[in-house]
Amino acid sequence: MNSISRMENQAVARTVLELDVNNHAGVMSHVVGLFSRRAYNVEGILVMPVGSGVTSRIWLLVNEDERLDQMVKQVEKLEDVLAVRRHGAEHEVFVRLEEFFL
Amino acid sequence: MSTQTPETLTGAQIVVRLLERQGIRTLAGIPGGAILPIYDALSKSALIHHVLARHEQGGGFMAQGMARATGTPAVCMASSGPGATNLLTAIADAKLDSIPLVAITGQVPRAMIGTDAFQEVDTYGLSIPITKHNFLVGSAEELLDVVPRAFQIAASGRPGPVLVDIPKDVQNQLVEVGEWPEPGGAAPVPPPAVELVAAAAAMINDAAKPILYLGGGVVHSGASEDAVALAEKAGLPTVMTLMALGAMAVDHPLSLGMLGMHGARCTNLALDECDLLIAVGARFDDRATGKVAGFCPQARIVHIDIDPSELDKIKTAHIGIAGDVRAVLQALLPSIETQRREVWLSRVGSLKEAYPLRMPGIDDPRTPYGLIRAVADCLDDQATITTDVGQHQMWVAQAYPLRRPRQWLTSGGLGTMGFGMPAAIGAALAEPDRTVVCFTGDGSILMNIQELVTAAEEQVNVKIVLMNNSSLGLVFQQQTMFYGERIYASKFKGMPDFVRVAEGFGMAAVDLDQESDPRAALAKALSAPGPMLIHVSIAIDEQVLPMVPPGAANKDMIGG
Repeated sequence: MNSISRMENQAVARTVLELDVNNHAGVMSHVVGLFSRRAYNVEGILVMPVGSGVTSRIWLLVNEDERLDQMVKQVEKLEDVLAVRRHGAEHEVFVRLEEFFL
Repeated sequence: MSTQTPETLTGAQIVVRLLERQGIRTLAGIPGGAILPIYDALSKSALIHHVLARHEQGGGFMAQGMARATGTPAVCMASSGPGATNLLTAIADAKLDSIPLVAITGQVPRAMIGTDAFQEVDTYGLSIPITKHNFLVGSAEELLDVVPRAFQIAASGRPGPVLVDIPKDVQNQLVEVGEWPEPGGAAPVPPPAVELVAAAAAMINDAAKPILYLGGGVVHSGASEDAVALAEKAGLPTVMTLMALGAMAVDHPLSLGMLGMHGARCTNLALDECDLLIAVGARFDDRATGKVAGFCPQARIVHIDIDPSELDKIKTAHIGIAGDVRAVLQALLPSIETQRREVWLSRVGSLKEAYPLRMPGIDDPRTPYGLIRAVADCLDDQATITTDVGQHQMWVAQAYPLRRPRQWLTSGGLGTMGFGMPAAIGAALAEPDRTVVCFTGDGSILMNIQELVTAAEEQVNVKIVLMNNSSLGLVFQQQTMFYGERIYASKFKGMPDFVRVAEGFGMAAVDLDQESDPRAALAKALSAPGPMLIHVSIAIDEQVLPMVPPGAANKDMIGG
């Protein structure tokens, strides 16, 4: 990330992934492990419990490349992942956080 | 849930009861401090026979042998720390070959987790990437949910290993149990999409030069008969991966045997010409495909797999069907036209004649191929064959007349030396009426040699055929072929006397080198009851041929 300027970074096509997951210790490890073993950098991560806290929602900001479809299929296979939704980079969840990363 | 009079039980007793209810009658493992409560409870079980392995990896492979022979989840156990780390290789092996395994490990008490306690290791973290799923159990009550789920996950969809890590205080925790959960079984798989099945049938009916490509999923799904029926109805020449051997009898007229790195030339050449590849429960592994761009370059692809993430992973399929391969094949069959396919089958026949698998020495039991054939001549299709990993594995894959699904148990994906003998013990424990033959090498057997004593102790019907070339043969072969004959670290200077080693472990042994009639000695050794080691020397310069050089296309084979 440091080697790429913010401008160049904007030029890379991005995808926002929205995951519904069971909320327990270890779920994040399962999810990010799939990315790290493939040297697929996750640019942004957000997690908060939803409702009663039985489930959580994970938002991931990732670069789009040819491995993304396979990544999504692998994430869908995880036992603790209940649903995966794909959004375009225009999704505002990370945009609204930018002020904390200036 | 079934309701009974409430009982107050420890977590350990709950685990044992759930295993009994699951139908587990044999399991393998090694006790240690953090799993002693479970072992104490296990000691009171009248139903479960615990097989004491001498290394946790051996125990893991024994469980794999049971699971591979039967297709149902098997169990191994280990304590925390080194017990758990020793299990990891067997678990990773099960992951890559999609074997249903439930590994139960002891963990330090919850209050000590994260303190670097004695024999503490992050078993949960270590096992994430090599399991289908894993659990760190937080309370004895959770076990009632976790244990059946572990079996359900291991058996459902694409099978795989599940690890359940249980802290010692959870094993000792008392809870009242009123209702017992149902045992965990495979969840139903959604039926395949009708329109995709119809499109696949049309593509098969229209193809001029189709080939059926069977993978391990055909064996896992119990779809061998349906696959053979499809091949026969549509007139499909059929190739098998290492994992699928036995799905179609190797001497079936439509069989082209194993494809890939050590397949016959005719097999890889036929694939090079095909216009339609029907992949069933196969994952386009690099040892099967060679250079992917050169694999079936003219073919359209129908890919059928229970795991949607396999579709389009390596090769983009023209038609990808997610589903249980048996259900898909059964849905497909009525729409398949009966075809004699004379032109293509005659072309494949002439390739077979021109480029057959050459097996020099097949009539001489002191050569690799001849020994394998001599062993096969003493047995029928009811025998189970396991191997270790290396040259002997490839020779057996090429030369043994495999004709039955689950006849062939081998470490395919991970390629783990040390797999064969403990897996054979497990297979023999699961199916005591069969003769189980383990082909191994002098490199592989030393990686789990300690399990000889387990085989002797259990008096399993395991015959170990040790092909000894005093080297790491496949490394020696690659250094010879691709590294300018710079032989390094692949020739053993010290060599144990394996006959005395076996006898020292309490197992009968015979040295075929010393026998004037090796066939007669082999027949006698294979028919004797109980475990037996059969030692045979093999020339160090014997090679597995033909061979696709690493990185090359399958049609560019060397030798053979």
